[in-house]
Amino acid sequence: MFLAVLQRLGQMLFVMFGISMLVFLIFFATPGADPAARIAGRNASPEVLEAVRISFGFDQPFYVQYGLMMKKIFITGDLTSFVNRGWKVVPAVLDTIPVTLSLVIGAAVLWVVFSIIIGVTAAAFKDTVIDKTLMILGLIGISMPVYWLGEVMNLITQSRYHDTWLFSWVPPLGYKNFSDDPKGWFLTLVIPWFTLSILYIGLYGRVLRASITEALQEDYIRTARAKGLSETRILLRHALRTSLISFVTLFGLDFGALVGGSALLTEVVFGLQGIGKLTYDALQNLDLPIIMTTVLFASFFVVLANAIVDMIYIILDPRVRT
Amino acid sequence: MILQVRDLRVSFRTEQGTMHAIDGVSFDVKEGEILGVVGESGSGKTVTLLAVMGLITDPNAVIEGSIRYRGKELVGLPQRELRKLRGREIAMIFQDPMTALTPVYTIGWQIAEQVLAHQKISKAQAWQRAIDLLAEVNIPKPEEAVHRFPHQLSGGMRQRAVIAMALSCNPALLVADEPTTALDVTVQAQILELVKNLQSTHGSAIVFITHDLGVMADVADRIMVMYAGRIVERSDKATIFRNPQHPYTSALLDSIPPLVGAKPHRLRSISGSPPSLLNLPKGCSFGPRCPKRFAACEAKPVLAGTVHETACFLVPQP
Repeated sequence: MFLAVLQRLGQMLFVMFGISMLVFLIFFATPGADPAARIAGRNASPEVLEAVRISFGFDQPFYVQYGLMMKKIFITGDLTSFVNRGWKVVPAVLDTIPVTLSLVIGAAVLWVVFSIIIGVTAAAFKDTVIDKTLMILGLIGISMPVYWLGEVMNLITQSRYHDTWLFSWVPPLGYKNFSDDPKGWFLTLVIPWFTLSILYIGLYGRVLRASITEALQEDYIRTARAKGLSETRILLRHALRTSLISFVTLFGLDFGALVGGSALLTEVVFGLQGIGKLTYDALQNLDLPIIMTTVLFASFFVVLANAIVDMIYIILDPRVRT
Repeated sequence: MILQVRDLRVSFRTEQGTMHAIDGVSFDVKEGEILGVVGESGSGKTVTLLAVMGLITDPNAVIEGSIRYRGKELVGLPQRELRKLRGREIAMIFQDPMTALTPVYTIGWQIAEQVLAHQKISKAQAWQRAIDLLAEVNIPKPEEAVHRFPHQLSGGMRQRAVIAMALSCNPALLVADEPTTALDVTVQAQILELVKNLQSTHGSAIVFITHDLGVMADVADRIMVMYAGRIVERSDKATIFRNPQHPYTSALLDSIPPLVGAKPHRLRSISGSPPSLLNLPKGCSFGPRCPKRFAACEAKPVLAGTVHETACFLVPQP
């Protein structure tokens, strides 16, 4: 089992190397475009262009360029943004990580808990009014675009009903550090957490219901009934337990993508300086070093999340252990 | 008498109409006997026993008649009451050991789960019981085998684990639904031997479903032949094999290759196929396929006789 984990980690590193190479090629080796001009930004002076060229080694072979780039990002961490005059990229990206992680982890907790409750309840009351209501609510949750929902939430909690007892506790938009102000951290994130998680609650609730329903048709459920177990135990310990395997697959992909920047819309709407917001801003003024670093970061997170999912698999499903 | 089934009818409402899966079946199971139930697929043998177990969960199923376990009526009994009987008094062994165990738990866990559901003992005691049971069904190194997951065991070992689980609460009645069908022939023989041994040590009555007459000849005390949801013939094993009265039973026996004498060029098969349960023939269900069919067969025969009962107009009907 230890060997399997080690092997999986090795594979992860290999995939990350491939991704970094691919990203580098897309950004710096696209034929017919001068990478120095793009890094330097619009209306850059010839002196700046020359400085970029030397700093990134564009006069040297491309494997040297790749090496220099990776050194700038991972070793010295002194990759600088020319559009934002001397702004260090790596610390900027690192600063966004706690914000994005706070947002996504909180939302993930909400969506896992609520989707399991919804999925199990709907499966237990299959084809009744409860089931149909929950599934329709889920569909509504999936259908609401997060940027619209976020704006509506802001409208309600920040302006229209902010002065009522219901939402007077909601602090102004923005992020507060957990270490400085835990209570503020929690309060500013409550609304974004729900906003981000609603789509996933609906989606995962529906997926889980389908997968539990399918599991309930299996022979081992009949065995469990023949053993004289209670319906609750059969549902939770047998049907839900085996359904979690597909649930975790989906979760790993979505979680990785969200941490890698897919929570962009939520971050922009709620003014949270996360990795998505950073990418968004960088895209607006074509800040190539930042875009490249965040793209790398995003893909690394997807890969890492997948590796973690595979390890959770090893715990959840004994069949992949041997 | 451990089980008394009287005029059991199970039907399913379908879009094409009502499907009569069981059409008036009555039988008894005596303490400690092995009752064999033979029939083709769709003859209603499994449905009969699922009804006894209260395991027909289809909301479109209608169950009528009476099933008495030691005098207690099971038809219409609330699930909560049935649950106390299931696994403790009446246990079941299923056909396919490959899919009958939950894949994510060790077999020890699954056996202990059943023991804990019915008995007030500690987890450690339940675990010890699981080890003892695995030893009893001849699984080598039981203290290691309890930690195995189902996928780590062969089909025969899994079926042994399923049997160990069924026996975990010393049930008075064991229902075995084709427990050897999915296994290799050599493993089949071992499992049958095991079932017979356990039957003598535990003293449970067994209802053994199979479509394999060879298996039946090996284990059963009495045999009941089912066709299209009805019992067509019932007697002790020797009588059924030596002196079958119903043309269907004879036809089944004719389709087994003989051990002695000349090898037949082709084995005899029964022409036609079983009738649709949605649209049973008016008279004898076997009529359309019966080589000995005559005018009387337009009516429905009843199961008649004392020691050797047959539902056929070839034998005297009451």
